[in-house]
Amino acid sequence: MADLLFDGPDWNFDTLRRTTEAIEQIAREDLGLDVYPNQIEIISTEQMLDAYSATGMPLMYRHWSFGKQFIHHERLYSKGVQGLAYEIVINSDPCICYCLEENTMPMQALVIAHAAFGHNHFFKSNHLFRQWTDPRGILDYLDYARNFLGRCEERHGPGRVERTLDAAHALMSASVFRHRRPAQPSLRAEAERAERRIEEDERAAHYLWSRLERERRPHDHENAAAERRRMLGLPEENLIYFLERHSPVLEPWQRQVLRIVRNLAQYFYPQRQTQVMNEGCACFVHFHILNKLHEQGRIGDGAMLEILHSHSSVLFQPGYDHPGYGGINPYALGFAMMRDVQRICEAPEPEDREWFPSIAGCGDWRGVLKDAWANFRDESFIQQFLSPKVMRDLRLFALRDAEAEDTLKVTAIHDEAGYRALRDTLARGYDLSNRSPDIEVIDADLAGDRVLRLRHVLRNEVPLDPREREATLACLRELWGYEVEIDEMTG
Amino acid sequence: MTHFIDRRLNPKGRSTPNRRRFIGRIKAHVREAVDASVRKRGITDMEAGTDVAVPRDSLSEPSFRHASKGGTREGVLPGNREFQAGDEIPRPQQGGGGAGRKGAPDGEGEDDFVFALSRDEFLDIFFEDLELPDMIKRSLAGSSVARPRRAGLSVTGAPANLNVGRTMRRAMGRRIALRRPSDAKLEELRERLFALEAVFEPDAAQRAEIMRLQAEIEALTAHRKRVPYLDPLDLRYSHFEPQPEPRAQAVMFCLMDVSASMGAREKDLAKRFFVLLHLFLTRRYETVDLVFIRHTHLASEVDEQTFFYSRESGGTMVSTALAEMNRVQSERYPASEWNIYAAQASDGDNYQGDSRDCQIWLESELLKICQHFAYVEIIGEAEARILRDAARGTELWMAYREVAERWPNFAMRRVAGPADIYPVFRDLFARRTEAAHG
Repeated sequence: MADLLFDGPDWNFDTLRRTTEAIEQIAREDLGLDVYPNQIEIISTEQMLDAYSATGMPLMYRHWSFGKQFIHHERLYSKGVQGLAYEIVINSDPCICYCLEENTMPMQALVIAHAAFGHNHFFKSNHLFRQWTDPRGILDYLDYARNFLGRCEERHGPGRVERTLDAAHALMSASVFRHRRPAQPSLRAEAERAERRIEEDERAAHYLWSRLERERRPHDHENAAAERRRMLGLPEENLIYFLERHSPVLEPWQRQVLRIVRNLAQYFYPQRQTQVMNEGCACFVHFHILNKLHEQGRIGDGAMLEILHSHSSVLFQPGYDHPGYGGINPYALGFAMMRDVQRICEAPEPEDREWFPSIAGCGDWRGVLKDAWANFRDESFIQQFLSPKVMRDLRLFALRDAEAEDTLKVTAIHDEAGYRALRDTLARGYDLSNRSPDIEVIDADLAGDRVLRLRHVLRNEVPLDPREREATLACLRELWGYEVEIDEMTG
Repeated sequence: MTHFIDRRLNPKGRSTPNRRRFIGRIKAHVREAVDASVRKRGITDMEAGTDVAVPRDSLSEPSFRHASKGGTREGVLPGNREFQAGDEIPRPQQGGGGAGRKGAPDGEGEDDFVFALSRDEFLDIFFEDLELPDMIKRSLAGSSVARPRRAGLSVTGAPANLNVGRTMRRAMGRRIALRRPSDAKLEELRERLFALEAVFEPDAAQRAEIMRLQAEIEALTAHRKRVPYLDPLDLRYSHFEPQPEPRAQAVMFCLMDVSASMGAREKDLAKRFFVLLHLFLTRRYETVDLVFIRHTHLASEVDEQTFFYSRESGGTMVSTALAEMNRVQSERYPASEWNIYAAQASDGDNYQGDSRDCQIWLESELLKICQHFAYVEIIGEAEARILRDAARGTELWMAYREVAERWPNFAMRRVAGPADIYPVFRDLFARRTEAAHG
């Protein structure tokens, strides 16, 4: 049993297969992970750059912004400013995992454990992904989208397709359903439903009564407006969804383009909400598995050192005053928290018993972590599991920047008095509804002036970037066809 | 469970369509960059790609997002050393508290999006202005002039190159030599067998013959299997070897009037004119030498930098440049060894009476040895409308017109914009494409 899986930096498909089998064995039997079947693809650097530029997806429709991304990354890479990712993993079934051909064998082992088992398990088990994404259909959908847009370009000209896509991309981040996933009826089902509704109306119409002029009451006007909004399904948080259904100027193909962009935005939405957890889970899994393999004597000491070296450089968290500081590293935070959960389960301190009475000392860290991976997102995970020890280790402190004050204020640090405030602040920072502006469609009088009214609810008086706002409104006007107004409201 | 796929050999350039769309979007900036490098660069390194800087604004992808300032925000940062709750920190200049954005290492501003245009993309845009016919764009942009030539047969090759005739001939030879039983023979035996088998209650002789026939058919079939109709050994492929087209050496004389009347616009047009001829020559000849001769009332041979960028004052005598060209040519570029091309640009001014000398120089010396002599008269756009008639013009123009009538290798043209340049060379390119087809 104790023979090395590989020796030296070179890899071939034989060693890859053997190593993957060994990793899989630990992933399933020791950690009890539940994963989609893996499809590991070896790609070259240029292909990696390609994948980067199309938001990591293996097929994507064509748009200049992806070309811009590609050129940008290519330039940074060729100048040596930026290295390439070792892997890209896609939430699909089978789970596609791109590994760079230049990785050494120890790196491939790390990457496979990280992506093909860590991320893969997270995609399959986390409730957000289960609820909001369709990993089995995504590749087919992308293929369809690309062909559809290609045909649109042929039929309606690349310029028009590009303008529609530009406008739709601008609204992408404000076009997700945050709270509900509406039924996704096909176009035909929708048409049938509309037909049935008309039939019902006809049956219910009473020719004598409906001819009579009703007495006008003072509230009629308001009632009519409320009725109109109800019919339009307002207020609506998903801007593209509203335009797709109710814009007076769009052609059917443009509505379909909007639908594609909206579906993709929704597909990526869970990833934006679970960065810390997703990376933390993957890092935890690769760390555990590779250490196990090393213990079993199946990975040599030299290879293990290389693995630990890249592990620790990925997990490096520079301090706020370090020149390389770019915010809290989601890998570092997630990994630290998950390792701490393991510690709390196995060897709790008195402090942990006070903070986490239900899990401290229970010993079943696998069950606790798997439960966390399945049922939380970044915000709630931090709220539930950020322990004082992790706050102390990372030396976290909260800083308030209020426009009205001349100085920044430290509101809490990693001490007894500050733990809870610190945890709340950090969790809020990962709440997407807090981070992205809250914008809704509130009214549109299609029979009247046709002005589309939006409402931005300000949180903590943080305004919208004025230039971006104007440019985005221009995109909205393009899709709506008439004037668009946005009100700011203090929430 | 796990599936491995090697994608490294998949076709490259998956992002090319996106890149093309991107360049289309910033066409104006790309064109500006191309124009700038046409002005800045030497004629000989015109072909390399170029860097394009695009202001980030024109590439913005807007969205509703929070402004970087205003309101109250609270965040958590790592790496506390000395802060206590309640501490107040003066607001850093940049806001936010982290390190500011660092400048790019090579001094490119953060505000510009910089990328490199490839050689093909560069030439595409360069040609666009000149309004070259597509055929010629292709022949100029094509970097290799090596043509595949038949070079016998080989035993390996691409399926498309399979030489069916040779392959079948060899197969037939092998079949005959190894005595492969023919279809007809086999068919005949089979028919005989079937006939016998159809017989109701065959007698002993017939039964013996059936046995014999069956054994024979079996033997023949086995033999046919051993000696297949077509064996991999028979395959022959046509073999091609790239053979460089015979190229010789050429020298290109650039002649330009640099008196004060030639401004930046005129020089820019002249440069495009020289570049086009140079591109043409580099396609056709192994080595192309460049000689720059500038003139006012005196002519001298200079380097490219001086040629395009230094200013001279003085009168204008065109014949001095022709005399200088003749001197350089006879000293360094004997007509027996060099293909000689000349391109002359001027605004048409000349010292009175000198145009006659020019005519004599051209007709008695230069045109006899030149493959092609192209002359452009660069005029203002306002003048272009007045001077529509080719039969009227300056003294130099009139003199050259007479030359052009007598010498087919002399071409001339008035040029007010880049699009007018190509027709000067039309003959040159026309002859080339004919030759390529003929």
